[in-house]
Amino acid sequence: MKPVSPQSRLLAFTDHGLYCPPGNFYIDPWRPVDQALITHAHADHARAGHGAYLAHPASASVLRARIGAEISLQTLPCGQSITLQDARVTFFPAGHIPGSVQIRIEHRGETAVAAGDYKTTPDGLSEAWEPVRCHLFVTESTFGLPIYHWRPEAEVFAEIHEWWRQNREAGKTSVLLAYSLGKAQRVLRGLDRGIGPVWVHESIQRMNDCLRADGTDAPDFPVFRKANRGNESGQMIVTPPAAADALTRRSTVSLAQVSGWMTVRGNRRRLALDRGFVLSDHADWDGLNHAVAATGAERVWVTHGQTEAFSRWLREEKGLDAVPVATRFQGEGDGDNGESEAGP
Amino acid sequence: MTTFAELHAALDRTNKTGEKLALLERFFRLAPDPEKLWTLALLTGRRPRRPVSTARLREWAAARAGIPGWLFEECYQHAGDLGETLHLLLPPAQTSEIRPTGEWFRWLDDLRGLSESEQRALIIEAWDGLPAAERLVFNKLITGGFRVGVSRALVIRALAAAMEMEPDRVARAIMGNWDPRETVFGNLWKEDPAADLARPYPFCLAHPFTGNPADTLGTPAEWLAEWKWDGIRGQLIKRGGDLFLWSRGEEPVGDRFPELLQLAGCLPDGTVMDGEILPWRDGRPLGFSVLQTRIGRKALTTRLLREAPVVFTAYDLLEWEGRDFRGEPLDRRRERLEHAVAAFAPRRGGAPLLRLSEEVPFQTWEELAALRDESRDRLAEGLMIKKRDAPYPAGRPRGIWWKWKVDPFSVDAVLVQSQPGHGRRSTLHTDHTFAVWSDGALVPFAKAYSGLTDEEIRRVDRFVKTHTTARHGPVRTVAPELVFEIGFEHIARSTRHRAGVAVRFPRILRWREDKPAAEADTLETLKSLTRLPDIPKAKTTQLELF
Repeated sequence: MKPVSPQSRLLAFTDHGLYCPPGNFYIDPWRPVDQALITHAHADHARAGHGAYLAHPASASVLRARIGAEISLQTLPCGQSITLQDARVTFFPAGHIPGSVQIRIEHRGETAVAAGDYKTTPDGLSEAWEPVRCHLFVTESTFGLPIYHWRPEAEVFAEIHEWWRQNREAGKTSVLLAYSLGKAQRVLRGLDRGIGPVWVHESIQRMNDCLRADGTDAPDFPVFRKANRGNESGQMIVTPPAAADALTRRSTVSLAQVSGWMTVRGNRRRLALDRGFVLSDHADWDGLNHAVAATGAERVWVTHGQTEAFSRWLREEKGLDAVPVATRFQGEGDGDNGESEAGP
Repeated sequence: MTTFAELHAALDRTNKTGEKLALLERFFRLAPDPEKLWTLALLTGRRPRRPVSTARLREWAAARAGIPGWLFEECYQHAGDLGETLHLLLPPAQTSEIRPTGEWFRWLDDLRGLSESEQRALIIEAWDGLPAAERLVFNKLITGGFRVGVSRALVIRALAAAMEMEPDRVARAIMGNWDPRETVFGNLWKEDPAADLARPYPFCLAHPFTGNPADTLGTPAEWLAEWKWDGIRGQLIKRGGDLFLWSRGEEPVGDRFPELLQLAGCLPDGTVMDGEILPWRDGRPLGFSVLQTRIGRKALTTRLLREAPVVFTAYDLLEWEGRDFRGEPLDRRRERLEHAVAAFAPRRGGAPLLRLSEEVPFQTWEELAALRDESRDRLAEGLMIKKRDAPYPAGRPRGIWWKWKVDPFSVDAVLVQSQPGHGRRSTLHTDHTFAVWSDGALVPFAKAYSGLTDEEIRRVDRFVKTHTTARHGPVRTVAPELVFEIGFEHIARSTRHRAGVAVRFPRILRWREDKPAAEADTLETLKSLTRLPDIPKAKTTQLELF
């Protein structure tokens, strides 16, 4: 079915984004509004220009660094509630990146949850996702096809380490592409520093500093700069894809990306990568199905990604009232700029 | 690393040509001979025939994965490759069974004779039993779509190094019509008189030339120019009383051009010519669209043979009087070629079957450039420029053969439909349909895939996703807003296309962000570019050869 703009008493999709009429606020709006509730600090969810922001405390410094120090920002930890006009709002962990939340809205006995981006398995860095019962569930569907199945994190890191060791033997620098907020910290946390020295791009270090300021146990690594580029045996550089160009075309470099998109070989080939490691901060097919079932919701709005396929699956195979929802900035697949982080 | 599956997995783990070469060489040194043979067969496009239809495979895989058929199709569209889709959807293997690649070929051959339910049971058993790397290869084999990211040149280099042989000898040995089921690895390298008779030489390929030849090519006298025709590159072999005709893709194509087989009676044994199969009448080419009416048709009717007659236009002589002539300089090869064509070319009711690609004489590069501008009037694509003192090497050597094509035709057209690409473009909308105006409506006339930068591809993809007005499966109709300059080589009237014209090699030249859709070109403009005769309507009424 065609994407629709469905409505309930609690939520409606408007041309500014997901709106809550009883609370008179928006969730992750894409145009300037008075009151914005932010599920997490990735650029396609947290935009500039809103009158007031409400977000989780673990994302406060990141939001100020990315949007502006002067924004009007209020924070709300998970498990605590706040009343906004006629709606009661509670944050629950989404497990996507540090400071990511699902937003529960209650109004006259009805409950809706906007999950933002989420993953159901713990990464040891973000507060672990938990299911929230509701009547209406707004879910992402970035990887909402049954070709996406994540393997255990430990297996993926074993692969990364093997690749890193082989590069060390061959006298090559390992370059690992990972988005600067979320994926980079998760990767850095899992790397075995005994294999060789690790450098990070300065944008990653900036994010690490912000996260640490807000209480996340983000790792500390030296910043890679051209001037002090080492040639140490077995060195590893972790950098966001946008900053990798200068490093990648050299024969002494092995280039890999860490992303859920690496499941499909075509993506890896298109990006001219040597290796692709499948590790995602989004739920895989089983994770999405598990999450939807765990909410007990009968109505499901499917956004961001495989909206048509996943909503049809929920309708026809699970008997739910599920519809695809048109979102403005992300189409289906959103293959290229990767997992949810649109900005540099 | 001694199996094809292991080699395939290893090749997939690097994007660097040097490393791929090293992996191939090591494989060809270490693997057992049968595995080398089957691997070589796969790397040179000798795939097993698909034993069951992909429709059945999709149905069985969907059932095995516990998903409805439509969801399988969504996944296929998304992953872009059927073998890979099967691989990603099927549950992980329960046992692990590794068989030599040759056994899988035979297994697939045997599958063809079985009932559908037997085929289903065996394929599911294989799916359940194969470890990841083997299953990916297996799925590529049964879906018939097998491409490994290594070029033939790379395979030849690796084999030559591993076998300590001249690359040219390797290139010749792996050409032609061998079947891995009927030979062994060692036999490929032996002199086999019967197989050698039909065996073609590796083709020499040209590089496109851009810029001013005066700046880079030096003295005009060192170069030979010929018209570049748009036909099918072919190698004509007369040995042991038989005539063999090969396409550049190493396909034997003699049976598709039966009139050329008559040359067997005229040419002396031990003759090999390189040239172009061209549709030809009254001393001029008929255009590639005419040839297209013959390509891919199983039944050649007398009418088709009459309406699309072909000639072999020879431009090089690779073997003469049984002697390999490729080491001789071009001038000398041509001298013999001219002699051979003059002495032996037959005439069939006034129409030649074999003609010489005539030299285009020129004194200066300016003169040649002016001649090149006449290409379209002569129905040529441009000029070929070849070094007079160069031998005939295999592959695509630099600086010997240049193709200097005329600038393409172009029109400004509106993007009207789009769908995701395949392979590396499977998550982006890159396959576009373009239209021009006719009486206030947009009439589609061409599909094009290439020509945009990565950044533009991303931006157009985003536009498509956010401006979809209708969907038919993977195809999206989009708001008619974006204008692109579309280039193409030829244009001909067509009764099979809605626009009434068919264009050849359409591609995107550039994105006209400065132009609103209303200012795109019209069908009238497009049709005014047509200079070729109408395509004859080919009706296949009965199977009748000559």
